[in-house]
Amino acid sequence: MDGRHEADLARLLRAAKAGDERAYGAFLQLAASHVRAFARRKIVRGGIDPEDIVQETLLAIHLKRHTWRDDAPVMPWLIAIARYKLIDAFRRRGRRMEIDIEDIADSFPAPETVSIRTREIDRALATLAPGQRSVVAAVCVEGRSIRETGKSLGMSNAAVRVALHRGLAAIAKRFGRK
Amino acid sequence: MDTNDLIRALAADTRQTTPSLSAMWWGVAVGAVALAGAVFLATLGPRPDLMAALETPRFLFKFVVTITLAASAFGLARVLSRPEERWRQVLSYLAATPALLALAAIIELVVLPSDIWAATIIGRNSMACLTYIPVIGIGPLAVFLLALRRGAPTRPALAGAAAGLFAGGIAATFYALQCTDDSPLFIATWYTIAIAGLALIGAGLAHRFARW
Repeated sequence: MDGRHEADLARLLRAAKAGDERAYGAFLQLAASHVRAFARRKIVRGGIDPEDIVQETLLAIHLKRHTWRDDAPVMPWLIAIARYKLIDAFRRRGRRMEIDIEDIADSFPAPETVSIRTREIDRALATLAPGQRSVVAAVCVEGRSIRETGKSLGMSNAAVRVALHRGLAAIAKRFGRK
Repeated sequence: MDTNDLIRALAADTRQTTPSLSAMWWGVAVGAVALAGAVFLATLGPRPDLMAALETPRFLFKFVVTITLAASAFGLARVLSRPEERWRQVLSYLAATPALLALAAIIELVVLPSDIWAATIIGRNSMACLTYIPVIGIGPLAVFLLALRRGAPTRPALAGAAAGLFAGGIAATFYALQCTDDSPLFIATWYTIAIAGLALIGAGLAHRFARW
């Protein structure tokens, strides 16, 4: 495990827990690159898009971030969540896989890829109630702030935050499920 | 939607600051014990000769067994609620309870004449035991399963079984205050069945509801 990445992850996640949005964004970017490397290494046969695993893991990290202990290393926690989501994805596809725990130690970031085809997350997004869907879409796809979204949809900031949180939780729940 | 879009939305969703999992578990344990105690007092209450019973080793040994079980199962459920914790060692602590009970049962078989072994195992309260341990334990189990849902168990069924053992341990501790069958032979038979039932229910429910 790269000690510098571990220290960066821990510092950013601590700052994020204290309410620093930029630090949280940076943490998620770094976490995504580690999970992407992990998923690409583990998915040797087709059928599962590693980027779906990255996105599902990020959602899980977000909703379960209170399960990280402030004094514990971030990387094992991160990879444990990624592995759980990967096994879940394989199970959903009716496959079995063996996971070699020793392999986890040497993960490294891989170059980012941008894809425009339909992902699991878009399918999950499509199942949301219209109110939640328009809030999540405004923030995600259109890149608007909470305030801009509230203004354009005629909602209070608090209502936008609630809809965003519930929408993301619902996406996480429906991810990959028909 | 690409991953950067998702990250933007996640970073914007900093609405709630949730309390840490460790703090929650202790609150959950206190709540579960209080709930079990309330149900026990409402349905059974302690046996009338409690003070005299407190001086007999068989009566006291019941609590050694049930509290050991509750404590080791609590530790396991807590560890299993985090994705990355090493739970195998904590799982091995669960062996303490059957080991204690087996030892006590052997001593009991040596001490008691063989013609009353069967009557001692069957006892007089087996039906009450099989009824009240689940009745007292179901509330704590529900509280524990809700706590597991808040956690991130990567082995939901095992975590649920641990929650069931914990609830069973607490329920058995209270039930033992009322039951007049104090022999380790009775405990090893009927308490085991009742608590195993709660563990199975816990595993089944957690498998369904503690996935994330």
